[in-house]
Amino acid sequence: MSTNPTHITAPDGTPFIEIVREFDAPRNLVFRASTDPDLVTRWLGPRELEMRVVEFDVRDGGRYRYVHTAADGSTYAFRGVFHTVTEPLIIQTFEFEGAPGSVSLETRTLQDIGGRTRMQQSAVFPSVAARDHALAAGMEHGINDSMDRLAELLGSGAVRNGR
Amino acid sequence: MARAHEDHDRLDRAFAALADPVRRAIIARLSTGPATVNELAEPFPITVQAVSQHVRVLEQAGLVTRTREAQRRPVHLDPAALEAVTGWIDTYRLQAERSYRRLDAVLETLKEER
Repeated sequence: MSTNPTHITAPDGTPFIEIVREFDAPRNLVFRASTDPDLVTRWLGPRELEMRVVEFDVRDGGRYRYVHTAADGSTYAFRGVFHTVTEPLIIQTFEFEGAPGSVSLETRTLQDIGGRTRMQQSAVFPSVAARDHALAAGMEHGINDSMDRLAELLGSGAVRNGR
Repeated sequence: MARAHEDHDRLDRAFAALADPVRRAIIARLSTGPATVNELAEPFPITVQAVSQHVRVLEQAGLVTRTREAQRRPVHLDPAALEAVTGWIDTYRLQAERSYRRLDAVLETLKEER
C-alpha cells in the first residue's frame, strides 16, 4: 500500500498550521476512526507514548481529555471541547495542559473524493508566538533526537555497509 | 545490487548536505512550509547567492525540490527523501505522518470488517 503524503503548512508570521492528508477509505470510516475513542487510541499521538482516553464525549459541547504516558512515566495531557461534530466538519478546541491558556481552535473537514477522503485540518493559535512555540517544542526535540540518531548511524557504519 | 548502491549514494549525499549548519537551518525552515530563496536568505548574514548554492546542494541530495509558480520558484522539502535519511528534524510533521499511517491501518481493518 503506497502512503499518501502529509502536507503541512505553517506560514511565517501567522498563527496558523494547516494539514492536508488523503486516506484510501470512504469518509464514514475516517469519521468513525476520528470519533470512536477506542479507535482514536490506536492511531493518535506518538507511537512510543501510551494513550489513555479520560473523557471523549463526541457531540456539540461535549468535552474530551486524553493523557499520553511515556516509558519513564512522564505524562502529557490534552483537553478540549467539541464545538461541531458532523461527518464533513468537526470543530474543536485543543489545549496542551503543559501550556495552559494556549488554546487553539481546530477545524477539520472531511471531503469525499470518489470513495476516498481528503482531510483538511486547520488550527488557529491565540498568537503567532503560541503557534511558533507549539511547532518549535516538537522540532527542537526532533532535531536533537535525530542528530543523535544520525551520529549513531554514521558511527555504526550502517551507511556504507547496509542497514 | 544497483538498488542498494543507489540508496547508499543517496544517503551519502543527504548526510553530506546536512553536515552544514546553514543547510540544516534551511531544512528546518522548509519543514514549516515552502519558501523562495530570498525568503530563506532573510535570517542569514550571507548573500542570496550563497543561500542559492546551499539550496542547490540540498536539491542534488534529493532533499528539496523547486517548483515554478508564476514568477516565484519556491523550494519545497521532499518528505519522502527526508524520511528515507533517518526521519530527523520535524517531529511535528513526522508525528502527524506516523499517526496518519496508523490511521491508514485502522481504516484498512474497518474496511475488512464490512
